[in-house]
Amino acid sequence: MTAPLDVSGPHLPGDEGAGPSAGAGVAIQGRSLSQIAWARLKRDRVAMAGLAIVVFLILVAVFAPLIVNLFGHPPLQHYRNMVDPTTQVPKGAFGGISTDFLFGVEPQNGRDIFSRVVYGARISLLIAFLATLLSVVIGTVLGVVAGFAGGWVDTIISRAMDVFLAFPILVFAIALAGVVPDEALGLSGDTLRVSLLVFIIGFFNWPYIARIIRGQTLSLREREFVDAARSLGARRPYIIFRELLPNLMAPILIYATLLIPTNILFEAALSFLGVGVRPPTPTWGGMLADAVRYYTVPHFAIFPGLAIFLTVLAFNLFGDGLRDALDPRAR
Amino acid sequence: MKRKPTLAAVALGAVITLGLSACGGGGGGGTTSGGGDNQGAAAKGEFNAALTKVFNPSTKKGGTLKFANPGEWDSLDPADTYYAYTWNFIRLYGRALVMFKSAPGPDGNTVVPDLAESLGKPSKDFKTWTYTLRKGLKYEDGSPITAKDVKYAVSRTVDRETFPNGPTYMGDMLNWPKDYKGPYKSKGANIDSAIETPDDHTIVFKLKQPYSGFDYLAQMPGTMPVPEGKDTGTKYQEHVISSGPYMFEKNEIGKGFSMVRNPNWDAATDPNRPALPDRIEVQLKVNADDMDNRLLSGDIHVDVTGNGVSSAAQGRVLSDPNLKAGTDNAVMQRLWYTSVSPTVKPLDNIDCRKAVLYATDRAGYQSAYGGEFTGGEIATGLLPPTVPGFERFDLYPAGPDNTGDLNKAKEHLTKCGQPNGFETNIAYRAERPKEKQTAEALQQALGRVGIKLTLKPYPQGDYFSLYAGKPSYVVENKLGLSVNGWGSDYPDGYGFLQQIVDSRVIRPGGGSSNVSVRIPDVDKMIDQSLTEPDAEKLKPLWAQIDKRVMEEAVILPGVWAKALLIRGKGLTNVYVSDSQQMYDYVGLGVQQ
Repeated sequence: MTAPLDVSGPHLPGDEGAGPSAGAGVAIQGRSLSQIAWARLKRDRVAMAGLAIVVFLILVAVFAPLIVNLFGHPPLQHYRNMVDPTTQVPKGAFGGISTDFLFGVEPQNGRDIFSRVVYGARISLLIAFLATLLSVVIGTVLGVVAGFAGGWVDTIISRAMDVFLAFPILVFAIALAGVVPDEALGLSGDTLRVSLLVFIIGFFNWPYIARIIRGQTLSLREREFVDAARSLGARRPYIIFRELLPNLMAPILIYATLLIPTNILFEAALSFLGVGVRPPTPTWGGMLADAVRYYTVPHFAIFPGLAIFLTVLAFNLFGDGLRDALDPRAR
Repeated sequence: MKRKPTLAAVALGAVITLGLSACGGGGGGGTTSGGGDNQGAAAKGEFNAALTKVFNPSTKKGGTLKFANPGEWDSLDPADTYYAYTWNFIRLYGRALVMFKSAPGPDGNTVVPDLAESLGKPSKDFKTWTYTLRKGLKYEDGSPITAKDVKYAVSRTVDRETFPNGPTYMGDMLNWPKDYKGPYKSKGANIDSAIETPDDHTIVFKLKQPYSGFDYLAQMPGTMPVPEGKDTGTKYQEHVISSGPYMFEKNEIGKGFSMVRNPNWDAATDPNRPALPDRIEVQLKVNADDMDNRLLSGDIHVDVTGNGVSSAAQGRVLSDPNLKAGTDNAVMQRLWYTSVSPTVKPLDNIDCRKAVLYATDRAGYQSAYGGEFTGGEIATGLLPPTVPGFERFDLYPAGPDNTGDLNKAKEHLTKCGQPNGFETNIAYRAERPKEKQTAEALQQALGRVGIKLTLKPYPQGDYFSLYAGKPSYVVENKLGLSVNGWGSDYPDGYGFLQQIVDSRVIRPGGGSSNVSVRIPDVDKMIDQSLTEPDAEKLKPLWAQIDKRVMEEAVILPGVWAKALLIRGKGLTNVYVSDSQQMYDYVGLGVQQ
């Protein structure tokens, strides 16, 4: 993945069997990078399965109210009649799983676990996506600047990256999330907590991307086509936006996809530790934290745990596949 | 009664012991004398068998009694400890001037002489209290226990820097010289203005204000004698010199300790302690879930904290009749409640507060704490049922299923000028899952009449000093409700109520448990109680205070706490006393 993807030239379709159309006798057409990558990706069943799950999860998050309306109950509503008043454990087998409560109910207050897992997807994905976006934007800008400018600018940015990488993020995140008041910067409630988490998670993850982008930029900067553009009188912005960035899209996409599951785990960890989004808003990590006290009612932990597991796995599989598809030489 | 001779005390002790064994013979729970069958003893038990009577009574000595603690002792030093369970346990190695009688149920609520020959003798104005020590009292090393040692021990409790954990009653109430800071910092200071010892057997306490319940303070570990020559300050807890029936054999702070019989303890001077086991072992930092399993298997005998089973074991124990038969559902002198702050708009209007109380789903509150067995009984007032003076009343009936009276709530909302409800915040301690559950349950319940609550978790370490207990913070952050809880230091109306209803404990700087009660009538009644010596006459007063606070609707009572205790296999002479609200450790024995 150290070399840029060569997009031009008629040789590329020669990649063994890259296009099913190649042998069909139809006139050979030049195809774009994305078309080629998509063709490769489509052949990778594991990655496609990952993509399918990712799309499914996004749909679940987007249509959470609709889904809960159809198959569940309001996620904050208590259903204490579903809980044994003596033992505080859900009535019925397997934690009260029934056609009415698909994943059973929580001990004590009887909230619908299905609805809470579905709504939990919203918080998890929203925070993970936004935090990733923030990391990618900061990381790309600083990475390109460092790699392209070189000299003292590079030194400063690189040292900053080292500092950030050495920073005890989790400790800082817990402290910051605990200290920030209930209302700040004109935000309050869930909006504030989500923005805060996005900031914490996103802001401390940028060096990972920035390092890769910087390395790529360093090597791209010396390439012939950049020299050619420069000798033709291209200005810096042109070189950055027209020559470098298109070639950086592949690593950016790959690392963004792989950063998302990390961020989901980070958000879950923060919620588990009680510094995430405030209750009663459902989050997967928060549900796990509640479930710890009830290890005798395993379904309480299993469903949010499964949701985290599945999401992280799907994103990782898709991310790996994407990398293979975009950059086959790195395989 | 004046100056009871030692012989009489011995006779009294014999009567008590006889009484216990007689009770065992007739109670139906009696075990055969030679029975070494541990499982048999456990199987014969029934739910709550040790709650109001002695279960498996015995006078047989011997065996090893095993305790486990999921956490750590705050300290073994009598001046530096403030847990209900440590006060229960400390009586095995320390003797105070007086003590709670080791007896089942309400009988355990009475104070009886321990080191002293009789209860304290007050002066007419209740400002001077005199105790006379028994003769022949000795420490574990054989040296005599004198009144000076008690005086020295009490003076240590004043030093809150060396001993930060202990209660402050003695330091607050006795007439100490100005700026007295305890025996280490104010070395050699004359403290006769607070405590006088005319001779080795007499000790006189001098109070700043009259207090008729001083015996309750004298039963606290602070009056357990400490020999000045052996005192090592903060290190004294590594080897506390025993005045009771057991002394330390090995003590590893933070890990555990073991105790053996104190050869210099003379049963003739101590009518209160049967001292059945030969040896006592305590393990610290035992994983709570693991501890429950080991209690059920018989590996250990008692969860020393008396907190009851964990949420995980609760379902298992209560759903299995055999396991349930081996438990006791002890009633605590503890109220879990929510403060309703009249300083926060619109709760300054009494009708808005009443609407909150009517709309509360009491059954939901109970569930949040774990249901009727491990949570407690639904509370309708402040005073728990085992505190003398308790009267049952309910000013805000919540309907047949205890889920609240929504019509009444709406009626009061209309009267208050907020017919569609209002918005306010509810504070709770973030580290406490039960308080989070409570806040969520109240949010649900009040939401039914349009009262919208926003949850505000705060760290428990600063909950009262910086947040919910700080009046200015409450107003600025509109903490209309704050989840709260209170347990009394001793089973007495004053001990339970004063700290949570006396408005004068509220300080601008924060820190008080009372965050919402500011009623002049109540303050007056509290003062009135201080000079009334007759506990019987005080009872109606406590009930009156309770009702007055409920009328103002500034406290939303949740549950009167209960704990589900596992009665370890092979325990003998088991009972829960109302003073300890857990198994009385002084009485326990083990089968061999």
